[in-house]
Amino acid sequence: MSELFYNRPQVDLVSESACLLRFSDAVNNETADRISIVAKALRELPGIVDLIPSYTTLLTVFDADHYDRFAIVARIRQLIEQLDFDEQQLSAAREVVIPVYYGPEVGPDLDEVAQHCRLSVNEIISLHSDTSYRAYAIGFTPGFAFLGNTPEALHVPRKNTPRLKVPLGSVAIAERQTAVYPSVTPGGWQIIGRTPVTLVDWNSESLALIQGGDTVRFTPISRAEFIAQGGTLDGF
Amino acid sequence: MAFNVIKPGILALVQDLGRHGYQHLGVTTGGPMDELAFRWANALLDNNENAAQIEITFGMLTLEAQAATSIALTGADLGATLNGCTIYPWQTYAVKKGDVLSFKQANYGLRAYLAVKGGLQVAPVLGSCATVLREKLGGVRGNGEKLQQGDIIPYQATHTHRSRSVPRLAIPDYTSLDIPLVMGYQSNYFSGLDRANFFGSEFTITPQSDRMGYRLNGRPILSNQQGIVSEGIAYGAVQIPNDGQPIVLLRDRQTIGGYPKMGCVTGFGGGLLAQKKPGDSLRFQSVSIDQAEQKRHLDLARIAQWR
Repeated sequence: MSELFYNRPQVDLVSESACLLRFSDAVNNETADRISIVAKALRELPGIVDLIPSYTTLLTVFDADHYDRFAIVARIRQLIEQLDFDEQQLSAAREVVIPVYYGPEVGPDLDEVAQHCRLSVNEIISLHSDTSYRAYAIGFTPGFAFLGNTPEALHVPRKNTPRLKVPLGSVAIAERQTAVYPSVTPGGWQIIGRTPVTLVDWNSESLALIQGGDTVRFTPISRAEFIAQGGTLDGF
Repeated sequence: MAFNVIKPGILALVQDLGRHGYQHLGVTTGGPMDELAFRWANALLDNNENAAQIEITFGMLTLEAQAATSIALTGADLGATLNGCTIYPWQTYAVKKGDVLSFKQANYGLRAYLAVKGGLQVAPVLGSCATVLREKLGGVRGNGEKLQQGDIIPYQATHTHRSRSVPRLAIPDYTSLDIPLVMGYQSNYFSGLDRANFFGSEFTITPQSDRMGYRLNGRPILSNQQGIVSEGIAYGAVQIPNDGQPIVLLRDRQTIGGYPKMGCVTGFGGGLLAQKKPGDSLRFQSVSIDQAEQKRHLDLARIAQWR
């Protein structure tokens, strides 16, 4: 299939109060940049209730009860027309650094991943932490960021049987993606470490540490540093 | 001044119109499963449209009023009684200190709405008191729990009461089989035959249905593509997984997903669906966005004019 790339996103109404903006068929940084730029601009538009950025799309939910639907859609199209994508580049992307303890007690799948990738555990750790990732989408649970793309040497399938409980802060990989579990949920990704950092705090001003479009890096920390920063080894 | 929860019932949740503006963080909206019934309950008491209410699913709830107030009941008929006397949905009732309000089981519909004059006084979390169990957000304690025995749900006492009821013509028909749906998203991934099957056949609601989504069972609908790149899910989206059995995503839906979607059930159409139980049947009725919008405006105008 050839990769489609729209110079301007397509705007399709999907219900009486939502439209889906399609940017491209390609999952990459350029698409993510464009989605971030448009989301930022639309956030200022009166009548916009919710924006859900994802890999190649931006779902835009508007208040059709108090605003004219035709006027809102026209305003969305007009705003996109006016945007200069070339001038507003990556400067918009924030970088979030997440400390990770890649230890056997908190990364039970490290050995399996190393075997599958035919690398040493240390090589897995340096590959994972030498890469800069992009938050393509947030979902699954509140604050769960789908980060891509992992280096090809690190590509590993999901576990055949998902764990019923993945401990808080677990750092995991699967196929082209990596993520941190912000809450205790079931999960089938390969767990390679844990962060002591809190990812979501609904009482804080920022709410969630990672936002869609952010750039994320992981830095390895020692077991002692992990514990000093409030990390715990329980959960398995 | 509060309701004291004597018996919590099967599933009673504090709801307002939902938590909006946080879906980009993966936080779902929550909100009333039957939005029209919710809006009417607040209108009956001249409340703010977003005033918090209790959504009662299945029934079996008993509350004791600790102060006089005026209540409104809409939605399903769950066999409600006030001090043992039967009361009916779609109207208001005066309540005195010590009165006992009970819900037995469904006579028709599945979810009843109980509004109180001035709204329930529950602290919002992220701008809303909508309870979402899965996300541990909202509700009486803010932690997403359903009502528990001994919960105290505050309201402002009032001795003024107006007897009011919803005009008969404005009461939705919960026995209707037809659920309006706007085609969209990946509807072109389905062949003409599969689209005809989708709109032409009846589906049964399975027991694996909840506030997140209604899972249906019927003649399988096949798509030309197994999955798509994950994208935002609008309220009412009907996704068709690989087994061909549709899932209608409702108030507590996940925010993104990767299955092809036929379109979206309308805002108030989803309310009709949410009044159905496992084992009930439904058909999807194709409507245009214009029709969906007109119907919604008509229903809202009816409420506004009546107020």
